[in-house]
Parts: sequence; structure tokens; C-alpha cells
Amino acid sequence: MAANSLISLAAELLSGQIRVVDLTQTLSPDFPQIALPPEFGQCWPFRMEEISRYDDRGPGWYWNNFSCGEHTGTHFDAPIHWVSGRAVPNNSTDTLPVQNLIGPACVIDCSREAKADPDFLLTADRLRQWEAEHGRIPPRAWVLMRTDWSKRSDPVAYQNYDETGQHTPGPATDAVKFLVDERDIVGFGSESIGTDAGQGYHLKPPYPCHYYMHGAGRYGLQCLTNLDLLPPIGALIVCAPLKIKNGSGSPIRALALVQN
Amino acid sequence: MIPPLVRPKLKNPILRTPLPVLPPWMRSRAALGLTAAAALGQFRLQVCGECDAVQYPPRECCHSCLSDQLRWREQSGSGELISETTVHHSQDLYFSERMPWRLGMVRLDAGPTVVVHLHGGCAPAPARVRVGARLDKSGQGVLVAFPIDEVLNMADDRQLREMTCDPKFRKVLVTDGKTGVGQAVVRNIIAAGADLVWVGYAEPWKTFAGLTELAAQPQVAMLPLDLTDSQSVKTLAAEIGGKVDILINTAELHRAHGIASRSGIEVARAEMDVNYFGLLRLAQEFGPVMRSRGADGQSSATAWVNLLSIYALSNYPRHGTFSASKAAALSLSQCLRAEMRPGAVRVINVFPGPIDDEWNQATPQPKLTPEALAKAVVRALKDGVEDVYPGDVAQEWLLRWQESPKTLERELST
Repeated sequence: MAANSLISLAAELLSGQIRVVDLTQTLSPDFPQIALPPEFGQCWPFRMEEISRYDDRGPGWYWNNFSCGEHTGTHFDAPIHWVSGRAVPNNSTDTLPVQNLIGPACVIDCSREAKADPDFLLTADRLRQWEAEHGRIPPRAWVLMRTDWSKRSDPVAYQNYDETGQHTPGPATDAVKFLVDERDIVGFGSESIGTDAGQGYHLKPPYPCHYYMHGAGRYGLQCLTNLDLLPPIGALIVCAPLKIKNGSGSPIRALALVQN
Repeated sequence: MIPPLVRPKLKNPILRTPLPVLPPWMRSRAALGLTAAAALGQFRLQVCGECDAVQYPPRECCHSCLSDQLRWREQSGSGELISETTVHHSQDLYFSERMPWRLGMVRLDAGPTVVVHLHGGCAPAPARVRVGARLDKSGQGVLVAFPIDEVLNMADDRQLREMTCDPKFRKVLVTDGKTGVGQAVVRNIIAAGADLVWVGYAEPWKTFAGLTELAAQPQVAMLPLDLTDSQSVKTLAAEIGGKVDILINTAELHRAHGIASRSGIEVARAEMDVNYFGLLRLAQEFGPVMRSRGADGQSSATAWVNLLSIYALSNYPRHGTFSASKAAALSLSQCLRAEMRPGAVRVINVFPGPIDDEWNQATPQPKLTPEALAKAVVRALKDGVEDVYPGDVAQEWLLRWQESPKTLERELST
């Protein structure tokens, strides 16, 4: 039975009945990384050093060394990333159940609200409204907050800092609690840097999405793109982090399978 | 009467860029003492410890009593120009390209008679003059006779300009315009007559004070530059490298930690990435092209300035990892200096004490203001020196270090 559905999946991929959408930003030195107050430790940006390029350093081959943080570019947050998830079982990139890394996606389109207000917070009420239109969010689903933030190709606009810090959309505290406690989702994804809003530090608790999601052993996806190519329901997400021992996250190649 | 420097015509792009050639550079070990002093902007000669005779040229034993107790001592340089010659022909490549050249003999009040390059403002012999030491294009100490009183367009003298790195009508890259130091350097280099100042800034999403004022200056062009990103440095060098006459590397990362006050190596690595590897990246990308333009007309490539720290000489444990990164940068800058010398580009190292910025907030005064540091950089370019120790703290530490590095190490460790 399972073999049959996978064989038909393969056939539909081949025929183009099922499209694969790339939800990943390109890893490049120009893509901005999260910035903390300078006295704190910092996440490395993506950097690349050429090892050789068909030259004296290696005549027949081209390759690079790269460096980045676990939370650089489009990336996955494991529960161990946050202090609330430090004691959750199987909370790191090497121990988390891989079964969780492929699952259905519910895409909440907040692009209109985020355009009007960079500090837009997705509330539980707004989620219930979405459910009234598209049906109940199924258990173990990924909930992706579409804001079209990824279309801000200028890093300055993407980061959107002013003298009070970063202004990017994210979920309100009640939305996070609703998704974890009442809908049992597997993870939350966003288009900006951070599953939490840019001003999430001022919410209660600070950074509620990190706090509750990871505290409950759930995951985060950040810096996603192309969410506007996904249907509200019906897409399948593939988002496997690198198997880093005791890792708190990893850059990923996030993919979505979408039926034509 | 010295004609004022005029803005050079635009470069004729179909002519071959002249290769830099150097004036004679061979020196005895003893003679390098003159170079060492000139690198600091000082004129020193050996003085006999037994009979007080002042020596010239530098030597191993006293010309008067044969004592080997010769000590380098700063000279006032006052003396009498007793003869002069204008050379119109030379077999030496460097001088043959720069004819005519005015030379003279000066009898110093201190005793010896010295051979000098003659500044255009000096009256014909006999005349009172002041002799100073300068570094020539090969980086060696030479003597220059100046008029006693300042004359009009003093710095514009054709021969003197061979010894200096005046920013007037030159194009300058300041690698980090986000800091107070970077912005002060930009202001002062413009005031000194620079034609164009490229100002690098990393992580443009982090806004910083002074950006609007900086970008509003007509000579300024803001450019993305992140010294931790090899591709960023390479790209910028490809875009403007062939036009940079003076590179001033103001980028630095400074955190106040020793070994025990911060666990892990991330902060130390970040310091090394900017302060050491950043310099290396710049040197690999901008060094070769600047070196090739050391004789490219009036506005040739002329200088490379590194913002180091007095902590590069001896580790200041409260800023221990920062000190180590600056010591690494100092070592690398010596390599850079050796590699830039054939291209007649001077490498100037600046060694400030604590700068009055947010990373020295808890450091007691005296602290060096960004403005004072910037003025010292411009002064160094105009004087053509190699090493600058601006401010009281740097001066004092330098003296203590010269006297006894070990003593200073112990003093700093308390």
C-alpha cells in the first residue's frame, strides 16, 4: 500500500503533476544574519573561501570551504535552541525523530497585514478565522506564516532596523499557545529572521514562539521564501537539518511538494 | 617661489603606466639608524659617548677618538647651506626620471657637514637652513634641507613630494566609515584636499550615527565593504582598486576581554577575523594593484595606513585577545611593508592608546579622541613617516617599551 502511494508519488513528480517548490534563500555572504547586541556572542554570517579553482592550488578542480552558524540563512530550529527546550527529549538535530521532518503545511497568508504593518502579530483569532475558511489545522502539521517578507531583496529592508530594533512580523503569544496546546502542530515557519516578531523581545514571555514551541519540543523554520507559491492547505514540507551532534539547528534546503 | 600643486589632468588611458623605480636603497647596518629615526619623523645622528663628537655619515667608531660608544641622538638640524648643485644628468634610473634635482651641502651647527636634498624654498648658498630626515621612495632615511621660515606652498615642493604621501588631489579608501574614527578620518582627509573618498561600510542594515552627514559630503562615495568577507573585498578591489592612491584601514573589532573573562574563542576569533585576516584580505586584493601604481604621475598610489594599537607592542591583559589580534596585524603589516616597498607605496602604522569610543567606555582618561587620531593620520601622510604613536598614553607606553619591554609587560600585568 505504502509502496504503491510512493510509486505513484514518484510518477506524479516525474510527470509534473506534483511540483517541487524551493522554499530556500540562497546562502551567500550578502544574505543578512541575525544581529544580537554586540556584547553577546554572534551567529556567523555565511562566508566562503576558495580552496582551488583549476589553478595552482588544485589544477583540475574547483571547491570551497564555507563557514556559517547553525542559524544562518534558511534554517531549522531544534528545541534545544531555546532554554525552555533544554530538557526536552530528543531535542537536538542528531536525535530528533526524522519522521517529523516531512509533513503537511498550512499556509496562513498575512501578506496584506504585514505590508501595512511590519510589526504585525498573527493572533489566535486570526488563526481561527483561517480555519473557518480552510478547515481545522491538522495535528502534526507545519504552520507557515506567509508575509511576503522574503520579497524584500534589499538586506536593509529585509532586516528593517530602526533605533528601537528590528521590525518584522511574527506570531502573538496566544497564537503560539493555540497552535501548540490546541492544534498540536509540529513546527512554525516564517519568512523573516526569527520565528518571532522583530519586537518579540517585548512580548510576554519574550520571544513566545521560541519559548513555547521549543519548550513543547516543536520546531522552527526561518528565512523561508516562495510561500506565495503554496496553497493554504495541501502542500507537503521536507525540511531536514544536517545531523549535527547536539546541534541546535542547521541551514536547510527547505522544499515543498505541491499538487498541480 | 614654489608653484602650487594643481589638480592633475585625467589619466591618459592609452599610455603605459610608468613602473615604479626606487632611489638607491643599500645601507650599512649603522646607516639604518638614520632610517629608523626618520620612520618616526626624527632626525638623529650618532654622538660619541666619550668625546661628544657628532658623526656623519653613520659609522661604527668615532671619527674623532675611535671610541665605539656611539649613541643615536636627536638633532636640531640647524646649519648653514654652504654649497649647492642642480643635477641635470644621472645614470641612476630613479633620479634620471626626475631631473633636474637640487642637492646641497650643509654644515650643521652640531659639527658635521652633510649632503642634503634641497627644498625649493631654500635661498641660494650661503643661507641658514634647517635639516630634517625623511624617508625616500625606497623607504630609506635621507636628509632634506628646509628654509628656516615657512614658505608658500611648502608641501608642494616637487622633491619633497617624493618623500611624502600628501592626500591633496588624491583618491582615498577608508575601509570603515561606521566608527567615530572612520568618520573623523574622512572629514580630515577631505580637509587635507583629497579629491575622492570611498568609504566602506559593512552590515548596512545596522544604521549608525553620522551616516547622513558622511554621505552628504560631495567627495564621499559610500560602498559596501566587509573585511570578514573575502568576496566583498575582492569585488571592491576589482571595482576601484586601480584608482586607490591611499588606503586607510580603519576597520577594527574591539572587545575588552582577557582569556579568563570570556569563555570560548568566538570573540577572539571575530577580532582576528577583522583585525588580522581583514588586513590580509585587503592586502591580497588591493596590495598588488597599488604596488603597480607607485609612479603613476602626480597622484600616484602612495600610502597604506593601518589602524593598529599600542597594545600591539605589549599585551594589555584587560584587552588581551584584542592585543593579540593587533600584534598579529603588526607582524603582517611588516610583511606588507616589505612587499609594498618595491612599488614605492609607504605602509604607515598608527599605534593609538585607548580611543574614546564605546569599547573603552570604562577606561579612565586620558583617551584619544577620534578627531586627534584622524589628525595624526593626516600629519603622518604629509610627513611621510612610517610609525605614529598619537596621544599621551601611546607616547608614554612607547618610551617604556623602548626602554625595557619586560618591565612594561610586568607593569601592564598588574
